[in-house]
Amino acid sequence: MAATHVNPTRMELTRLKKKLVTAVRGHKLLKDKRDELMRQFLDLVRENKTLRERVEQGIQTANKNFVLARAATPDAVLDVALLTPKQEITLETGLKNVMSVEIPILTAKTRTSDPNDMYSYGFAFTSGDLDMAVKSLSDILPDMLRLAEVEKSCQLMAAEIEKTRRRVNALEHVMIPEMQENIRYITMKLDENERSTQIRLMKVKDMMLEQAHHYSQK
Amino acid sequence: MYKIAVLGERDGIYGFAALGLSVFPAEDPEHGARLLRRLADQEGEQPYAVIYITESLAAQIEDEIDRYRSRRFPAIIPIPGVSGNTGAGMRAVRKSVEQAVGSDIIFGG
Repeated sequence: MAATHVNPTRMELTRLKKKLVTAVRGHKLLKDKRDELMRQFLDLVRENKTLRERVEQGIQTANKNFVLARAATPDAVLDVALLTPKQEITLETGLKNVMSVEIPILTAKTRTSDPNDMYSYGFAFTSGDLDMAVKSLSDILPDMLRLAEVEKSCQLMAAEIEKTRRRVNALEHVMIPEMQENIRYITMKLDENERSTQIRLMKVKDMMLEQAHHYSQK
Repeated sequence: MYKIAVLGERDGIYGFAALGLSVFPAEDPEHGARLLRRLADQEGEQPYAVIYITESLAAQIEDEIDRYRSRRFPAIIPIPGVSGNTGAGMRAVRKSVEQAVGSDIIFGG
């Protein structure tokens, strides 16, 4: 018998049977959701991995270029050159619904119409290395944005997959077996009650016949 | 309209200023954590949708970053700083895989 006590009544039995149908259906749907989420997640996470490798590689190259540039340019000049940017990047954000997970979509917009217009300094007082460094950084920026989008999506989807998996498991291993067990218990109990009523009736009938005809005295 | 922020040691991030991202140099982990909180919770006209953070700083304020993991914005993305690639970024991706699948099947670890 199940750990929780259930009323062995016909009403309870109907209720449980309905609940079981819903649970089985929900389990099937959640399982489908989990599988589809998992499929998309794996695609996304593979992309995440390649993007990250590329971005990390790119940033390292850019950093090397910056070290070179710094060696040739005094700090003060560098600050003046870089910290008053001409270009500004803003993001438009959208949402995409993937199996009830809302993942972000980022679209970058630059303030000036030419995205290559990022040299915020005159070329006269800085070394060419600095141009190279800024260029190498700006080259990987699209990848970096895509990486942000993909990595956040992966995090959100991972959380959702974990949640869905728990629900599927709870339904499959706890809720559904428990309900089946309860239904079995109620059916048995009802059958047993019916049999005992039957026997009682037979017994009463015997007793009444006995009173009317006094079979045993003959 | 959202903006992009870059957070970390000054030397590793000032290049991004030229591209038009907002850079926020952090001197120590506490300062970094405070900055991160301010940037991430900033409402109003132009909040930050993406915050890039250098791996060395990210490793020190992991708890702060984890708080924003389940939120849609901002996306906090670790990037390698001047000290080189520590692999922390990849570890974060691996963590996602482990959370979703139960074991790491992408990186073969």
